[in-house]
Amino acid sequence: MTWIPEAASNLAGKVDGVILVITLISIFFFVLISAVLIFFAVKYRRRRDDEETPYITGNEPLEIIWTVIPSILLILLFVYAFVVYKDMRTPPADAVDITVTGKQWIWTFDYYNGKKTLNELYVKQNVPVRMVMRAEDVLHSFFIPQFRVKQDILPGRYTQLWFTPTKVGTYDLFCAEYCGTGHSQMLGKVVVLSPEAYDIWEKGIGVDEGTNVSSLSPAELGAKIYKEKGCNACHSIDGSVVIGPSFKGLYGRTGVLSDGSSYTADENYIRNSILEPQGQVVEGFQPVMPSFKGILSDDEITAVIAYIKTLK
Amino acid sequence: MANHTIANNVYVPFLEKKGFLSWFLTTDHKRIGILYLISISLFFVIAGIIALLMRFELMTPMSDFVSPHTYNVLFTLHGSLMVFFFIVPGLAASFGNFLIPLMIGAADVAFPKLNLASYWIYILGTIIVLYALLQPADTGWTFYTPYSATTDTDVVMITLGVFVLGFSSILTGMNFIVTIHKMRAPGMTWHRLPLFIWASYATAVLQLLATPVVGITLLMLIAERSLGVGFFDPAKGGDPVLFQNFFWFYSHPAVYIMIIPAMGVISEIIPVFARKPIFGYKAIAYSSLGIAFISFLVWAHHMFTSGISEVAATIFSFLTFLVAIPTAIKVFNWLATLYKGSIELHSAMLYALGFLFLFTIGGLTGVFLGALAADIHLHDTYFVVAHMHYVMIGGTVMGFFGALHFWYPKWFGKMFNESVAKLAWFLVFVGFNVTFFPQFFLGIQGMPRRYATYPEEFESLMSLSTYGSWILGLGILIMAVNLIKGLFSKEKAPQNPYGSLSLEWQVPSPPPTLNFEEIPHVTDWTYGYGKKKEVDE
Repeated sequence: MTWIPEAASNLAGKVDGVILVITLISIFFFVLISAVLIFFAVKYRRRRDDEETPYITGNEPLEIIWTVIPSILLILLFVYAFVVYKDMRTPPADAVDITVTGKQWIWTFDYYNGKKTLNELYVKQNVPVRMVMRAEDVLHSFFIPQFRVKQDILPGRYTQLWFTPTKVGTYDLFCAEYCGTGHSQMLGKVVVLSPEAYDIWEKGIGVDEGTNVSSLSPAELGAKIYKEKGCNACHSIDGSVVIGPSFKGLYGRTGVLSDGSSYTADENYIRNSILEPQGQVVEGFQPVMPSFKGILSDDEITAVIAYIKTLK
Repeated sequence: MANHTIANNVYVPFLEKKGFLSWFLTTDHKRIGILYLISISLFFVIAGIIALLMRFELMTPMSDFVSPHTYNVLFTLHGSLMVFFFIVPGLAASFGNFLIPLMIGAADVAFPKLNLASYWIYILGTIIVLYALLQPADTGWTFYTPYSATTDTDVVMITLGVFVLGFSSILTGMNFIVTIHKMRAPGMTWHRLPLFIWASYATAVLQLLATPVVGITLLMLIAERSLGVGFFDPAKGGDPVLFQNFFWFYSHPAVYIMIIPAMGVISEIIPVFARKPIFGYKAIAYSSLGIAFISFLVWAHHMFTSGISEVAATIFSFLTFLVAIPTAIKVFNWLATLYKGSIELHSAMLYALGFLFLFTIGGLTGVFLGALAADIHLHDTYFVVAHMHYVMIGGTVMGFFGALHFWYPKWFGKMFNESVAKLAWFLVFVGFNVTFFPQFFLGIQGMPRRYATYPEEFESLMSLSTYGSWILGLGILIMAVNLIKGLFSKEKAPQNPYGSLSLEWQVPSPPPTLNFEEIPHVTDWTYGYGKKKEVDE
C-alpha cells in the first residue's frame, strides 16, 4: 500500500509538494503540542491535595511569539498552495480539447476528430489536454487521483480542467460529487498511450467506429462492449441487482413491466431496451437507463445480445 | 420577579417537584436544559447506530448488507440527524441553558417562557422529520441541487422539519444574548465572566444571524420542488451552485456553533483540575468573537471545485487561513494553563485533554483543505470525512462528554463511578482514532466519499475503520450506562467536589429552583486559583 497514488501527470508532483510541506509542518506542531501536553500532565500531576500552584495569567512575549510565528507560516503555506493552484487552473495555449459529458451514471468523451468513447478516456502521453465538461442532469465531479485533478461538472455551464499525462498506463476516474443511486458505480478509466499507440487508436481500430473486430466472436465482442460502453455500471452478470436488472439469465426471462404489461426478454426486447429504454421499464426499477442510439451500431447490438445469451 | 430572595431558607432542589406538567410547562432553565439533553442524546444514539450500520456495510467493497439506495438514505439520515438534531443545538441548548444563568449570578434567562417555546419548536421539528422517514431522502445532509430538486424521495418534509427546528436555534440565541447583556449579577463585569459565557455569547450571535439563511435556503428548495420555480435550474435561468453558496453561508458558521461552546467547556475544566488561572483570558475571550466574525467570510472553502472563479477561491482560501490563527492561540493558552499546575486526571479532565490532542489533529488537517492546490485532490474524499469527524467528535463531542462528567454532580446531585468513567474514556479515545485516522490515508489515496461500493484496494483500511467503530460504540455505551446508573445511586453529591470558584458551584447540588438565595455580589474573576506573588505594586 502506498501513501499517495503514483504521480502520473505534470501537476501531480507539484501538488504532492504542497501536501508534503503541510504534512511536515503539521507533524512538527502535532508532536510539539502532544509532547508538551503529556509532559505537563505527568510532571505536574497532583501529589498532595494542598500543594501550591502559582498565579500565572499570561506571558506577553510568549503570546506574541506564538501568534506571529504560526501567522507567518500560514501565510507562506497559503501562497505556496496558491501558486501551484494557479498553474492547475491555467491550461497552456496548445492544450488539446476533449469534451466530457457526465450523466447518471456514465461518462461520455467526445474527441476533436469526432471519435466518441464511453467511460474510457484515451489521451496521448506528454501532450497537454483540456477537458471541457458539462453534466446533463445533476452535479457530478471528474476526479483522477493519479493526476491530482478534480472539477465539478454542472448542467447548463461548461467547466474545465487540464493536465499533461506523463506515464503510459491506465488510471482511475471517479465521480466525486454525490449524484444518486449509481454514484459509486460511475467509474471510468483513463488510458494513457504512447504517441505511436495513440495514433493507432486514433485511426479507429476499435468498436467505437463500428468496424468489425474480426478476430472476436460476437459473444466475445459483446463481452468487450459490456465493459467498455458502461453497461456494467448498472447491470451485473452475477444475478445481483445494481441499478438495473442483472444480465444473468436475462435472455428468455419473463416478467412484468411498470405499466402492468408482461414481457419476454427475446432479441427484440433487448434491442428495444438498448435503443428506447424508456418504453419498457421492468416493474420495480427506476426509468433511468440512457439510450444508446447512435452509440452502438446494429452489429454491436447483435454482439451484446449474443453475449447475454451466454449468461445463464 | 420583584425580589430575588427565596421566601424562607428551606432548600428545595429544582428536581424535587414531580409530575408530567411540572416538566411539560416548566420555565426553569435547568429543567429545559435537561429536556434538551435527553432529546439531543436520543438523536445522538440513533444517528450513531446508523453510522455503525454504514460502517458495517463498508467493511466489504460490494453492496452486500444494504443496497446502494439504502446506503445513500443512511448517510443522509446520519448527517441530518447528527448535525441538526444533536450537534447544532448540542452544548448550547443543554449546558448553555443549565449554566448561563448560574454562571452569571441570575435566577433564570431573560425570557423563560420563550425558552420553553424554543424547546417545543425543536420537538415540532423532530415530529416533522419523523414523518419524512416514510420516504427518506437520499440527498446527503447538504441537499445539493439539482439532485435534491429532482430525486423521488421526500425532500420537502425533512427540509421543512429542519426549517422549523431553525427557529428553536434563533430564539435560543436571542434569549442568551439578552440574558448575558442584561442579567449579570452586580460586580460581574464582562472581564470577570467565565469563558463559557464568552463562548456562549459568540455562539448565540452566530445562531441568531446565520440560521435564518439556511431557513430561507431550504424554503427555496421546497419552492423549487413543489412549485418548479427554477432558482437552481439552468433550464429556467437558475444556477445549481447558488444553492451551495446559500447553504454554506449558514453551514460554515454552523460548524463554529458546534465547536465554540465545546471550547468554552475546555476553558472551564482545565483551570479547575489544574488549579491554575486560565492562561491568556482576554485572548481566549476575544478569539471566540473573532472566530465567530471570520466564520461568516469563509463559506466557499467548501466549494473550491464547484465552479466558482479562481479569484473567489483565492480570497476564500486566504480568509480560511486567517481563522486558523485565533484557534491555534487557544490551544497554546490551554496548554500553558497546565504549566506548574496541580493536575488531577479526573474523567472530565481526560476528556478536556483528549480534546486538545484530537482537536489539534482536526485543526491541522483543516489546513490541507484550506490550501487550494491540496484541496483539489482531497475535496470530496475520505480526507474530508476524517477531518470533519476529528473536529466534531474529537472536538465537540469530547467537550460534550467532558461537560457531562464535570457538571454531573451539580446538575443531578449524584456521583457516577469514576473508574468506569475512565475506562469508557479510554475506549472512546482509542476507538475514535482507529475509526477515523485511517480515513485520512484513504482520502489521500483517492477514495471518494459517499460511496456505497468501492474499489478493492481500499478494503483493508475500510475494514480497520469499521473495527474502530465497534470500540468507539462500546466505549460510548459503557459511558452512558455509567452515567445513567449514577442517577439511581444513593450517594449525594457535595456542593463543590472539585474546588471550583465559579458561581454555579457556590449553590447546592442540585441548585434550588431560583438558583441563589440572594443574588451574589461578585468581586473577582472565576479563575483566581493559585497563590499570587507578593509584589510591591
